[in-house]
Amino acid sequence: MPQTVRVGCGAGFAGDRLEPALILAEHGGLDYLGLECLGERTVALAQLSRLRDHGAGYDPMLERRMDGLLPLIKRHRVRVLTNMGAAHPAAAGERVAAIARRAGFGLKVAAVLGDDVLDRIDPDQPCLETGAPLKSFGELVSANAYLGVDAMLPALQQGADVIITGRAADPSLFLAPLVHEFGWRLDDYDRLARGTLVGHLLECGGQLTGGYYADPGLKDVPGMATLGFPFADVDPDGNARFGKVAGTGGVLNRATATEQLLYEVVDPFGYETPDVTADFSTAELDDLGQDVVTVRGARGRPRPQRLKVSIGYRAGFLGEGEIGYAGENCVARAELAGEIVRERLANRFPQVRVDLIGLTSLHGEPLPGQESTAHRPYEVRLRVAARSPDEAAARLVGEEVESLFTNGPAGGGGVRKGTVEQIGIVSCLLARDSVATEVRWFEA
Amino acid sequence: MAKLYELAHCRAGDKGNTTILTLIAYRAEDFPLLCEQVTVAAVKRHFGTIIKGELTRTELPQFSALQFVGRDALAGGVTTSLALDAHGKSLSSALLEMKVDTD
Repeated sequence: MPQTVRVGCGAGFAGDRLEPALILAEHGGLDYLGLECLGERTVALAQLSRLRDHGAGYDPMLERRMDGLLPLIKRHRVRVLTNMGAAHPAAAGERVAAIARRAGFGLKVAAVLGDDVLDRIDPDQPCLETGAPLKSFGELVSANAYLGVDAMLPALQQGADVIITGRAADPSLFLAPLVHEFGWRLDDYDRLARGTLVGHLLECGGQLTGGYYADPGLKDVPGMATLGFPFADVDPDGNARFGKVAGTGGVLNRATATEQLLYEVVDPFGYETPDVTADFSTAELDDLGQDVVTVRGARGRPRPQRLKVSIGYRAGFLGEGEIGYAGENCVARAELAGEIVRERLANRFPQVRVDLIGLTSLHGEPLPGQESTAHRPYEVRLRVAARSPDEAAARLVGEEVESLFTNGPAGGGGVRKGTVEQIGIVSCLLARDSVATEVRWFEA
Repeated sequence: MAKLYELAHCRAGDKGNTTILTLIAYRAEDFPLLCEQVTVAAVKRHFGTIIKGELTRTELPQFSALQFVGRDALAGGVTTSLALDAHGKSLSSALLEMKVDTD
């Protein structure tokens, strides 16, 4: 058994920067590299893309990420786990093997299949969020069960260099290599919980190392344009020491680690994944300085009996339009413009949202007891948004804003308009024995 | 009086139509003040009409942190909201605008 295993995170969301993974692979001394690129909506969008084009459905940045990365992981013997398979892990596996073949080196690629459970979902069953039946939301386009480490372990045991999943729980991408290397039992809940916490801290990439933290003058972060992504040296008990590659930007300290430790954790006493129910409240965090933080002591309980399933449905088209006003009385002119557009759209949409960007677009009216801090801004931007099942109708929103050019208040400029299809997400639970996973191999 | 901004930092996350706000004291000695004044009732009042559902608070003294979970707070949720900040990411800054009595 190794003394420690070093696991890094080279991407924390679908649109993340490319080079942090390359830097980690080349200079990080890693054993494993995780790339977490699949949001709740991403998998549903990928499913739509697969429906349109049978060969597609995996992460659109797969080739760009893997082109530069594969030679580095080959040279430095780093094994990669990623959920970039999205709605089509097998196609992604074939694609990655093809990149290696073209570059002329051997590579064992494993695609983990089985998260797509759309054919096993009863549309009459209630969703977890509101209790309304799934079918009441609209046409269901995707249903993906969150897979855990048990789905990935066979691929690790059989020597995969790159493991590509669809929907898997984010921390499980980082927990799986720890379970594999240390031989943790799947009922060793305390170790699984600590490994899950390692995964949770790593999974958002730069959010652990100073990204999404900076506030100039108060919380200064050096080198954010070259932010270094984190790695963890994990011991056989699951306790870990976090760091980043020397010379990269960013900062890793108690404050950045605490923000990430609790990030999006609804219940710190019971963080549920397919692998374990983890209690983060017992964790101890120590800041050793020099961008090194240690985390130990999370506790675990048995995993949830059923798997969570994320379901995507067609939620119509969002139509948007924007126009800007400047100078004296600009707020009143923008407000008038908003009233005009609202009047013209009111009977065509159930809800029309009118924002003044710079004043009310993020939180509506000023919070109670807070004076508005910008009564007289030099410029303000009107935004109007509404949704319709019909794309042509949604387009009207931007068209009505654009018509303010010659029909609205004085001095409006800089119109932008557009529509985008929206995918809604709800969830439900599914019995574990309804989900059968398999590993498919692609060799270069 | 001071703004929370001076005493604590905050990160917002989301799950569906739920906002999760992590409020962390810069200095451990300020954590009791946060516990005393940044109550569920005070936060709900501070956010006006933004948090429409239940708001809960969990105290995590070992991290000098308060974890707030607000239901029905994201205008329908990330995927179908008409709002510009559909994730409610900027609610972290809104929370730090809250006034606390430091005397």
